[in-house]
Amino acid sequence: MSVTAAKSHYQSEAFARRLRARYAAERNFKIAGIAAIAIASLMLVVLLSSIVTKGYTAFWQAQVRVEVTFDKAQVEERNYTAILRQGLYAQFPEITERGARRTLNELLSSGAPYELEAMVTRDPSIVGTTRTVWVRADDEVDQFVKGYFTRSGPEAERRLNDAKIAAVDALVAKGALVQSFNTTLFSAGDSREAEQAGIWGAIVGSLLTLLVTMSLSVPIGIAAAVYLEEFAPKNKWTDLIEVNINNLAAVPSIIFGLLGLAVFLGFFGLPRSAPLVGGLVMALMTLPVIIISARVALKSVPPSIREAALGIGASPLQTVTHHVLPLAMPGILTGTIIGMARALGETAPLLMIGMVAFIVDIPHGWTDSATVLPVQIYMWADSPERAFTERTSAAIMILLGFLILMNGLAVFLRKKFERRW
Amino acid sequence: MITRKHVFTAAAAVALSVAATGTVQAQSRDQIRAVGSSTVFPFTTAVAEAFGKGGKFKTPVVESTGTGGGLKLFCAGVGPAHPDIANASRRIKKSEVEQCAANGVTQITELKIGFDGIALAYSKKAPAVELTTAVIWKALAKDVPVDGKMVANPYKKWSDIDPKLPNAEIEVLGPPPTSGTRDTFNELAMLEGCKKVPEVKKIVTDDKAFEKACMTIREDGGYVEAGENDNLIVQKLNANPSAFGVFGYSYIDQNRDKLQAAKMDGVELTAQNVAGGKYELSRPLYVYVKNAHAGVIPGIREFIAEYTSERAVGDDGYLSDKGLIAEPKDARDAARTSAMNLTPLQL
Repeated sequence: MSVTAAKSHYQSEAFARRLRARYAAERNFKIAGIAAIAIASLMLVVLLSSIVTKGYTAFWQAQVRVEVTFDKAQVEERNYTAILRQGLYAQFPEITERGARRTLNELLSSGAPYELEAMVTRDPSIVGTTRTVWVRADDEVDQFVKGYFTRSGPEAERRLNDAKIAAVDALVAKGALVQSFNTTLFSAGDSREAEQAGIWGAIVGSLLTLLVTMSLSVPIGIAAAVYLEEFAPKNKWTDLIEVNINNLAAVPSIIFGLLGLAVFLGFFGLPRSAPLVGGLVMALMTLPVIIISARVALKSVPPSIREAALGIGASPLQTVTHHVLPLAMPGILTGTIIGMARALGETAPLLMIGMVAFIVDIPHGWTDSATVLPVQIYMWADSPERAFTERTSAAIMILLGFLILMNGLAVFLRKKFERRW
Repeated sequence: MITRKHVFTAAAAVALSVAATGTVQAQSRDQIRAVGSSTVFPFTTAVAEAFGKGGKFKTPVVESTGTGGGLKLFCAGVGPAHPDIANASRRIKKSEVEQCAANGVTQITELKIGFDGIALAYSKKAPAVELTTAVIWKALAKDVPVDGKMVANPYKKWSDIDPKLPNAEIEVLGPPPTSGTRDTFNELAMLEGCKKVPEVKKIVTDDKAFEKACMTIREDGGYVEAGENDNLIVQKLNANPSAFGVFGYSYIDQNRDKLQAAKMDGVELTAQNVAGGKYELSRPLYVYVKNAHAGVIPGIREFIAEYTSERAVGDDGYLSDKGLIAEPKDARDAARTSAMNLTPLQL
């Protein structure tokens, strides 16, 4: 009616100001959040791109084409070095002087004669014939053709001298030196020669270790969680156990390594560097994580399910095994896989039990000496040879691949089996 | 209740059977095990690999535990549970030999495999620098003598020590105290350099205190503990050409296109100068073998033969490619004979 009616509280100047301030606060909070995510993703992009740009070249390896004659006498005395060298010298008929030929020999990997030997073992009928074979080039030649070593500057300060560069250029011009996919990286064990080094030994070691970890920590962890959550009486003893489990989840992993050294190696006399011991230590480490996540998953199953089951006459054990546990399984699996992914990336506890070691042979059993992927990365990162730099990054990419796979599996399982109430 | 009991019994059975199989395995071992120095690690691994490629024996397992930690494991006893070989970047100490003997390891064969040199190296972008151990000590010691008194290190720039040196902040990136390289650096560079500054001896008369005064490194930023990853240190040196890094010879040898080593007292870091004893910052490297394991663990004698062979430690051996500086020929020959006979070490 009246134009001069008193303004409502909600139309007052002070209210409008406060409202603006609240909107501004919300906007600022959003901006801060977006900025945080942007910074985090930028870091991730920088990290990943530095790894990928440094490491992608490791998936290729320079190979040299050599015509070799598998002379019967030489094969019999296992003189594959001579067989290989004769083939190499034939490509450079003008080089006859001993020192210059030494330079030529250095073009090929020191493992190349063993490749020939493996060929003969696979197919003895090639003895006496002449074959064209591709053998690995030395890691320095490999790094040179990939452009990591300069061809300018004083000769003494270069990794490759003029004679070697001339020989490499001649081979490249003839098409006898090309880069091809580096299968060695995926099939070989560790080596001190970068071109012969691979991560297969470490992958097998990681798998063996994780199998032991999983087969111990999953059943024990789930059993402990079920008992604590569904059966245990609430008293000061279970409280004490709960506090201790939460505490153990935060204990630095090296402590578990020290424990493993004292108990498994010292008391039980298990062998050093064995995936069995590594798996046991990792199982102790991941147990608290699995127990905690399994308890959370069990807790999130609504009590009505239990009551309904008990109401129609199921025993408490039937209630748990038929109803509660299956419904909690997706959550338990997620926790387990995340625990396993942590175990896959762990090195510190393995240091104490001798799994941080140079191991060439591929492990075949639980007690063979073995190492694991992150340890292999650490050892390569420490090697002075330049070719290990790119291999380090390549190994990191492979480890990241495994971790993404495991975490992706966790997400997939959760999405697939999750029940919402 | 019964089911719960079953679960626990099953778990206990699993644990026991796992432990039992392991114990059986540990009683015999067909693979040589080596532990010890991270400096000797690249050489022993190279020999191990060549030895394994021979095809008769499994490739030995080599762990990098540091010299002290390695000798402790080595001396812990005789039997398959204990390593056969210890790598050391210094000679075994009398106390360690006694420790060994107390645990039944009475006969040890010593192989002196060659030398390693340590250098202060810097980016190729910077002009050449010549240092002496005395200069290094003055630059890095915690306390230095000024006017007859030990005072907190006042030198901020290299040119404060000697006007001929570059006018740049003192910044040395070096290994942490746990590293064998740091031990050697302390002994060869710091202690020797300190002895060349006569004032120190006059101020600090007690022997123990003298050694401590000499080997204590400044903590005000002149010396940066840069961890053990040499590749990382090189990146930092390239970013800051006036900084120095402490490296072993093998690393510098592999990275001569990125690094240059400072001359010490006018002597360049080359294999010849180290082997000839002209380059001050060099140390002998050792490998120790447990005699009691020869004939028990397969391949020990053959491994020694490989390690002392000309194709490994010779002037053009594969270890020289890895940066080991070989001993002179006659010393090598003598060492080979005594090693092959497993002549026990006498201190």
